[in-house]
Amino acid sequence: MGHLLRAIVEPGFFGSAPVQVALLAGGVVAVVSGIVGTFTVMRGQSYAGHALGDLSVTGGSASFLAGISPLWGFAGASVLAAAVMDMIGIQRPRGRDLAIGIVRGAGLGLAALFLFWDTTRTSTTGAPITILFGSIFTIDSSLIPAIAVFSLAAVGIVAALYRPLLLSSVSTDLAVVRGVPVRIVGTLCLVAIALAVSLSALTIGAILSTALLVGPAATALRLTSRPGLVMLWSSLIGIAATWLGVLLAYDSYYWPPHRQGWPVSFFVVVLIFVFYLLAQVVGQNTRNSRNGERACSRAS
Amino acid sequence: MFSGFMTNTWIVASIVAVVAGVVGFFVVLRGSAFVADALPTGAFAGAAGASLIGVNTLIGLGVFSLLGALGIGWLGRRARHDVAVALALVVMLGLGALFLSFTVEYAPEIFSLLFGEVLGISVNEIAPVAALGAVCIVAIMVMYRPLMLSSVMPELAEARGVRAYRIEMAFLVVLALATSMALPVVGALLIFSLMIGPPAFARAVTDRPLVAMGLSVVVALATVWIAIAVSYHTDWPVGFFVGTAAAVWYAAGRAATALRRTRVIRQPVPPSPAAVQASR
Repeated sequence: MGHLLRAIVEPGFFGSAPVQVALLAGGVVAVVSGIVGTFTVMRGQSYAGHALGDLSVTGGSASFLAGISPLWGFAGASVLAAAVMDMIGIQRPRGRDLAIGIVRGAGLGLAALFLFWDTTRTSTTGAPITILFGSIFTIDSSLIPAIAVFSLAAVGIVAALYRPLLLSSVSTDLAVVRGVPVRIVGTLCLVAIALAVSLSALTIGAILSTALLVGPAATALRLTSRPGLVMLWSSLIGIAATWLGVLLAYDSYYWPPHRQGWPVSFFVVVLIFVFYLLAQVVGQNTRNSRNGERACSRAS
Repeated sequence: MFSGFMTNTWIVASIVAVVAGVVGFFVVLRGSAFVADALPTGAFAGAAGASLIGVNTLIGLGVFSLLGALGIGWLGRRARHDVAVALALVVMLGLGALFLSFTVEYAPEIFSLLFGEVLGISVNEIAPVAALGAVCIVAIMVMYRPLMLSSVMPELAEARGVRAYRIEMAFLVVLALATSMALPVVGALLIFSLMIGPPAFARAVTDRPLVAMGLSVVVALATVWIAIAVSYHTDWPVGFFVGTAAAVWYAAGRAATALRRTRVIRQPVPPSPAAVQASR
């Protein structure tokens, strides 16, 4: 038993400081993404979530250029992009994807410019890779308080708006009839998504933060249709995928071909996808999942 | 600016713009901006994989974007569309991260694949790009009527016996081909800007599909030419100019729509855009 455990968990796994930071930050991000992601998927805003994650790249590259902490760049750009998207009208279902795409394109164009300046002026050639794909093992532990504040803000918005947000996600018409300020609720939800995504962009990389936002929530919606349980499940799935991913990445240090470790992002994404496919198989046999799907498709 | 190696760039960029204008028109019409965005970003992983095993980049891009398109179609039958696209995208990106960690590729090369490279086009690349572009245009021409009908009036298309799923799959494959040929020129992260900016403008200006398609091609060509010219002079990444230009076109389109709406109010009984499009 001891041998088996040692074969799975490489010696020194829990003792290593980067691993401790990675597990802590990854866990926090997984919970936040799980909770916010539930509403992202229910409201059909996966694309917005993905685009915001990428747009935080712009902020990340700008912060490299300005020499400030990437967290502020990531979060600032993401929230700013959410405001712009909201302004040009992503609330309307028609043409919403188009508006998101345009904002994303313009933002990424800026990111290209910033990264170009980063790489030509300061010769930090690894900058594009670090910013895009992130590295959970290189999180600065002094960032943890800031990560905690941002995640509290994101979860706080969702908690404060819980009932009106849920109602407007399931049926906009009903919410309007009940006097919910749908527009403001939508805007705040987008801000919460922006905060959550910029957090995960910092830890598992801007591009792959979509995985944590959408994957666990979509999986949980296949398992149950009760909103509270969905959030619980999606947080748990997110944590499981992140922690297992960190463990596997740590183990992979001795794997071929270069003996330098496989990327955490790869493991996390594959685990999330496997969970999703498993939930699909399980969910097809239960009545519950069909209800969940119906509730979910009604939201669109 | 027009001499020597730059000639290749102008030719390839013009082909890319024409294809992007035509295919992009349907991307905008069908509201599938997310797919048009996800396919090139995910196909980027294919380029990393191709350089890992030492085959032509275009093959890697083609294989990955085709797999991505089929994956999105397959997942999309069982789940919400945006979730399917997001999941397919992140799986491809995860593989991309893995491939990148295996290669000892230089960061600038990755940067040019992500954000476009004006100077990196050789003579040998013209023929495959032209061939792929021709295939895309021909495919769109062949399925023009059913594609149009199922984009504008899905219910009517079903009633007329058009299989929505098959059309969707066929369109996804065309989109995959178009993105993989355009990717090395404009870059993974910005090809979709070229595919949605000009068509969005064209669609806002006119209701007639063929005119809109032509206009979208013209606008896309102008965008690419301006972007390359300015990028050549400033040495800034071409993607920046393409992304900005797309946003400008989109804003112009929104302004044009607002302008037309105020004018329409004064006219008696305007025909609805959908009716106009269906009657053609």
